[in-house]
Amino acid sequence: MEKRVTFKGWLLPLVLLTPQLLITAVFFFYPAGQAVWQSLFIPDPFGLKSQFVGLGNFEFLLNDPYYRASFATTAVFSISVTLVSMGVALFLALLADRLIKGSGAYRTLLIWPYAVAPAVAGVLWMFMFNNRVGVVAWYLGVLGYDWNHVLNGREAMGLVVVASSWGRISYNFLFFLAGLQAIPKSVIEAAAIDGARFWTRFRTIVWPLLSPTTFFLMVVNIVYAFFETFGVIHTITAGGPQQSTTILVYKVYADGFVGQDLGSSAAQSVILLIVVGLLTVVQFRFVERRVHY
Amino acid sequence: MSGMVEKRGAAHWFTHLGMILGVVIIGFPIWLAFVASTVSQPEIVQPPMPVWPGDQLVENYAKALLSGVNVPVARMLFNSGVMALGIALGKISISLLSAFAIVYFRFPGRLVFFWLIFITLMLPVEVRIVPTYEVAARLGLLNSYPGLILPLIASATATFLFRQFFMTVPDELAEAARVDGARPMRFFIDILMPMSRTNMAALFVILFIYGWNQYLWPLLITTDPEMNTIVMGIRQMFPSGDDIADWPVIMATAILAMLPPVIVVITMQKLFIRGLVESEK
Repeated sequence: MEKRVTFKGWLLPLVLLTPQLLITAVFFFYPAGQAVWQSLFIPDPFGLKSQFVGLGNFEFLLNDPYYRASFATTAVFSISVTLVSMGVALFLALLADRLIKGSGAYRTLLIWPYAVAPAVAGVLWMFMFNNRVGVVAWYLGVLGYDWNHVLNGREAMGLVVVASSWGRISYNFLFFLAGLQAIPKSVIEAAAIDGARFWTRFRTIVWPLLSPTTFFLMVVNIVYAFFETFGVIHTITAGGPQQSTTILVYKVYADGFVGQDLGSSAAQSVILLIVVGLLTVVQFRFVERRVHY
Repeated sequence: MSGMVEKRGAAHWFTHLGMILGVVIIGFPIWLAFVASTVSQPEIVQPPMPVWPGDQLVENYAKALLSGVNVPVARMLFNSGVMALGIALGKISISLLSAFAIVYFRFPGRLVFFWLIFITLMLPVEVRIVPTYEVAARLGLLNSYPGLILPLIASATATFLFRQFFMTVPDELAEAARVDGARPMRFFIDILMPMSRTNMAALFVILFIYGWNQYLWPLLITTDPEMNTIVMGIRQMFPSGDDIADWPVIMATAILAMLPPVIVVITMQKLFIRGLVESEK
């Protein structure tokens, strides 16, 4: 796509581009390049000089049981967050779509958790499940279940999944509702006249027509679970217990800043760069296709 | 207009019931935080805590705002405000300029610049965190507002958006401006900027929330409590070791931390939805 009508000159556009180019060069390209460069070295403990190890850091990582475990943890975590937040959102959107009046009011009541920061959501959920003062933990205790996510890895994972999905439901709800409302009512009514019940209509008409929205949300939610949930993990579990909630982004932070293992942290950054790159390609191909529909 | 697909009777009430249940479940964590911010510490540390607000609201919020735990929360709110506004306004400004340059000019290397900027799409700061921190440290940006703001505006999402919008602006407008002998910047200021008002506002809403809710970056570069933002500062209010947290004050802080972005979303709902949909396109 090109404009037919343009202005002359080359100095002005360069001046206009300068602020963005400068900031991008200093805070994006240089650090990204540094990450790639550092991933090829192992610094000595005093940070005085570093030794070139080629792909040694990557080789070490891929054989490191902790790193592999973190990959598995990230997979479980992001798939769970995607399923939970999309499942609840789709259910609520289906309900809201059935309403003739009042879906706007429910929408207002449902979208604002989106504005709550993941780290704040983490604090709220940690408060409810805190084993000393948490209300939910206390009632679970009354029911005979001894909740303690500080010691129990499965409970910790469950809690960070729910806390991360919570605010995300708003976002998915908005997109699902918009997708549902874009389906012509006449199609659905025609099916109803033919005697198709709700579940049949959903399976044969609504779900297929909704699939572009669903696919888009899947990619976006996986990206969210990978990169934007650091605040939830850091406030609730700090990656524990026994690294059971250490997702990849958390490990980059823990190894780089807490463990001061810069070579390994940089190599992990590069691996994440590749993951993001792949996800971006998937999304762009999908977006292209959607545009040409 | 009434459809004919099962909207009467029991099904109708079931739908409302389901929606209300959803709203209640989703709102419950915030309700509980609000209640906790209005009661006293003894009421919380002996579970179960009350489910209805107490009478300590003023005390708790005053204590949080004026003294906090490490630093007054009022100070953290101010820092968050500067950061969120800086990110939103900064990113909109640099993106408007570069989108204008890319769309309305032909100059050597234009495609190279185009791709240099667009490669940054979607690559979050979390991924290149250690080297970005080193750059910020070397430039002396630790514990400073530019340090909080600049690294987070180094991405092209907004540029991409404005580019898409400028492409839809009719060519006749630029043509007319050229015939009238208007300089490019006149065209930009008098015609393009006013036309982009709604897009700018929608983007502002999204970027303000994005900036306000940042966690990892402020956690790394603000070692001085005076520079903490509220979202990352909450975590710092928890005592290390076995001491009991000051829950009422912490929960008051949590409520204060979510208030500005929630108000923005609710009062500017239309712009917010528009911004969300467009920034994900």
